[in-house]
Amino acid sequence: MAQQSLTLTPTARPVVRQNSELSKMLRQITRNPLSIVGIFLVLAFVAVAAFAPVIAPTPEGARDPYIIPRDGFKAEPQPPSAEHPFGTTEGQYDIFYGVVWGTRTAFLAGLLIVAIALVIGLTVGSLAAYFGGWVDDVLMRVTEIFLAFPFLIAALTLAAVLQPKLGRGLYTGIIALVAFGWMGYARLIRGDIFSTKEREYVLAAHSLGVRDWRILVRHILPNAIFPVMVVASLEIGTYVLSFAALSFLGLGAELGYADWGQMLALSRNWITNLSRYWYIVVFPGVALLLFVLGWNLIGDAIRDIVDPRLRGTK
Amino acid sequence: MTRYIIRRLLFLPLILFGVTILIFGILQLLDPAERAALYVKDVPKNPNAVKQVIQKYGLDKPIYQQYADWIGKVVRGDLGWSRTAQRPVTEAILYYFPATLELALLSILPIILGGVFLGVQAAVHRDKAIDHSARVFSMIGTSFPSFVFALLMLMIFYANLQWFPPGRLSDEMTRVVNDPSFHQYSGMYTLDGILNARADVTADALRHLFLPVLTLAFINWAIFVRVTRTSMLDVLNQEYVRTARAKGLKESVVVNSHALRNALIPIATLGGLVFIGLLNGVIITETVYNFRGMGWFAANAALRLDVISVLGITLFSAALLVLANLVVDVLYGFLDPRVRVS
Repeated sequence: MAQQSLTLTPTARPVVRQNSELSKMLRQITRNPLSIVGIFLVLAFVAVAAFAPVIAPTPEGARDPYIIPRDGFKAEPQPPSAEHPFGTTEGQYDIFYGVVWGTRTAFLAGLLIVAIALVIGLTVGSLAAYFGGWVDDVLMRVTEIFLAFPFLIAALTLAAVLQPKLGRGLYTGIIALVAFGWMGYARLIRGDIFSTKEREYVLAAHSLGVRDWRILVRHILPNAIFPVMVVASLEIGTYVLSFAALSFLGLGAELGYADWGQMLALSRNWITNLSRYWYIVVFPGVALLLFVLGWNLIGDAIRDIVDPRLRGTK
Repeated sequence: MTRYIIRRLLFLPLILFGVTILIFGILQLLDPAERAALYVKDVPKNPNAVKQVIQKYGLDKPIYQQYADWIGKVVRGDLGWSRTAQRPVTEAILYYFPATLELALLSILPIILGGVFLGVQAAVHRDKAIDHSARVFSMIGTSFPSFVFALLMLMIFYANLQWFPPGRLSDEMTRVVNDPSFHQYSGMYTLDGILNARADVTADALRHLFLPVLTLAFINWAIFVRVTRTSMLDVLNQEYVRTARAKGLKESVVVNSHALRNALIPIATLGGLVFIGLLNGVIITETVYNFRGMGWFAANAALRLDVISVLGITLFSAALLVLANLVVDVLYGFLDPRVRVS
C-alpha cells in the first residue's frame, strides 16, 4: 500500500527532465559565437548597473542619484572634456553620468515590464486553459481584443491618459507597456497547459483528490512555465526599446532622469547641427543599441535551438 | 474556406465591439470636462459653462447611455474635436493618412526584396561567412532603435551633406501643392506630382521619402532574413528539391524556381503583416523626420495630452488592423492550398 501511494504521488520528475534540457540548451548557446557576444554584452551592462555609484559617483548633496547632475543651465551642449568624458547634452546634463545610471533604469524598466506582463499573462492563460469551456472563450476573446490594438499607438495613448493622473515618471510608461504586452504570454502558457493537462502526473493528482488551484499552481504551472519564461526573459531588450521610444516621445521619465530615451529626446532640438553635437546622440544611442543587441543575440541563438524545424537537419 | 471566412466575418463585429468598449473605458479615466472635447470645439474655461456643456451632452448620464451616445457618433464618423490639428479628428486622420500610406507603399518593396535576398543567401550558404554576416547585419538592424538610426541618418545626410532634408516637401513645393491649380487626387505627393504633370513635385517628395524608407527598411530587414532563411532551409531539405538536383538542374534553377517559390508562402503573409504594421506603427520614424503622417499626428497629440485625438487614431488603427488581418488570412488561404483544406 505504501508503495502504491509512492508511485501515485505526483513527482518532480518532469522538472528534472527540463533541467537537463536547460543544460543542453546552455551548452548549445555557449557554442555559438554570436550568442557569446550577446552574453558578454548583457553581463557588461549588469556590471555597469551594479557598479554605477563607483563608475559615476553621485555628487554630494544630490537628492536622488537617478537625477543627472547639471553643470550650469546653458542650453547649448558642450563637447567631451576631462570633467565630462562624454560631454553634456542640452541643459548641461552630464552624458556619461546619464549613460551609466541609465543602465539601471533600463534594467528596472525592462525587468518590471516583463515580470508584471508575465504575471498577468500567466494568470489569464492558466485560468483559461485549466478551466476551459466558457472561461477559456471569454478570456481568449478579451486577449484578442487587446491584440487588436497596434502596440505602440495603444501604449502611447494609455501613457497620454495616465500622465496627468500619475505625473511624469517611469511608471506611466511601464504601466502603458504592460497593459498591451501580456497577451503573448497568456496565449503561450495556455497552449503549454493544454499539452500538460493530460499528462499522467496531473491525472494522478486529480485522482488523489488534490484541489483544482493546487494542481494548477503546484503541478501544472512549474512544468508549463519554462518555455514562456524563456520567451519573456528574451523580450527584455525589446521592451527596453519600446520604453525608450515612449521616453523619446516625451511620455517617460521626468526631465533630467537618467534614462537613455529621454537623453536622445534632448538631442532633437539640435538636428541641424548634429555634425557638431554628435556626442549627444552617439553615446546614449550606442548604449541603447548594444543593450538591445545583447538580448537579441542571445534570443536569436535560443530560437534556433528551440525551432524544431531546424533541429537535426544539418 | 468560405466557411472559415464567414466565421471570421461573424467574429469581426464582436472584436470591434470589444475594441470600442476598451477605448470607451480609457475615456472614462478622463474628467467629464475633458471628455466634453468629444462634442464641442472649444471647451469653455468657466466652470458654469463647463457644467452646461456636461449637461447638454449627457456626460453625467449613466455609463451605458453615454456609451450608446458615443458609439452612435463613432458610427457616423464623428470622433470629436482635435486640439492638435484644430479640426475634427476624423478629418485630421483622413488628412494625415495618405502620407503614411505613401510611406508604407514605398517602403514595403525594398523591405521584402532586400530581406528575401539576404535570407536566401544566408540559407544557401548556411553556416558560411555569408550566412553569418547576413544574420549579423539584420540583427544589428533589428536592435537599432529607430530614433537613433534616424537621428544618425539626419546627422550624416542632412546636417553634413545636405542631401536629404526632413519633412514631406520643401517650402517651395509645399506652395505648389497648396495652390488651387494643383489637384490633390490622392494626397500622396509622389503620385499627385505625376498626375499633375509636375515631375519636380514628385522628385522633391521622393527626396524627402528617401531617409524614412531607408530607416524602415533597415529595421525591418531582420525579420524577413530570419523567416526566409528558416523557410528556405525547410524547403531545401525536402525531397522534391533533392529530385530536382538529381535531375541535374543547375543549382540556381533549383534555388530560385523550385525552392524559393514554396518558401515564399510564409514570406507573403509576413509581408502583409509588416505592411499593416507600417500603416499603424511608424510613429517614431515619422516623428524624427518630421514626416507629417498619422504617426506624427499621434505622437504630437500624445505629447500635448490631446487624448481625444489619440483615442480617435487608436480606434481607427485598431479597426484597420482587424480588417487587414482578415484580408491577410484569407489571402494566405488562397496562396497555400494546405491551409484551405484544413
